[in-house]
Amino acid sequence: MTELGEPVRYIDRTRHYYRALGYAKDYVWARHDDVPFARLHKPLAASRIALITTASPADFKGTRQVWSGQMTPPPAKLFTTNLAWDKESTHTDDRESFLPIEAASALAAEGVFAGLTGRFHGVPTEYSQRKTTEEDAPQVLQRLRDDGADAAILCPL
Amino acid sequence: MSLVARHLEANGIPTVIIGSALDVVEHCGVPRFLFTDFPLGNPCGLPWDRAMQKAIVRQALGLLESAGGPRTTVKAPFRWKEDDPGWRARYGRVDPAERARLLALGEERRRQRGTKK
Repeated sequence: MTELGEPVRYIDRTRHYYRALGYAKDYVWARHDDVPFARLHKPLAASRIALITTASPADFKGTRQVWSGQMTPPPAKLFTTNLAWDKESTHTDDRESFLPIEAASALAAEGVFAGLTGRFHGVPTEYSQRKTTEEDAPQVLQRLRDDGADAAILCPL
Repeated sequence: MSLVARHLEANGIPTVIIGSALDVVEHCGVPRFLFTDFPLGNPCGLPWDRAMQKAIVRQALGLLESAGGPRTTVKAPFRWKEDDPGWRARYGRVDPAERARLLALGEERRRQRGTKK
């Protein structure tokens, strides 16, 4: 049982759930001893920031791929039904609760950072870590470079 | 998403993750992580709470500058709805009375995957 106030142990929870579904093999979560670290090349106030989500476009047709959307105007809704989030406890009707374009824009207007990039980007959540690492992540990197992003905020649901 | 953050950092772009799955993100190992202790689905603040959402994004931005090295995790100073204290036990729970139904659900998923291949 989860103790009151302790963070939920999702790895254990997911393992028990999929065993109950009858899957023979446990999912092996990505784990790395080394962690890369890049510093801002310029002050935050002069930096252009990108936003990245795990949600799909509102008109999602089933093809999971890296995609991009315009920050202005921000999308009213995105498709999240195919993602694993707590559909009993909450909802995703407020896009700002998982892709905070307007909150970030307000902070840019205050001068906290220079501004958002023109686009945000979407990355599908994949069972295959190889696909994420070798296919999707390089695509996101290229798109951030094309957009002139100095840093990125990633908001997985 | 943690794997994307790692790839961006390795190529010189600083990142900060705002997320609610503390164990998953820390297990993978990421540079900067703002942990929001909410049910999965609203990592950037309670729905429609504009002040909280802005405060969370502000804190994440601050981490871009203030983090001194990799595996920097900071917990945001917000809690889930006070009228829903039972949320932690809810996600992915396995109710013993539901075992037969869950097993049938798994069988159905495997059958669908099999027919797609």
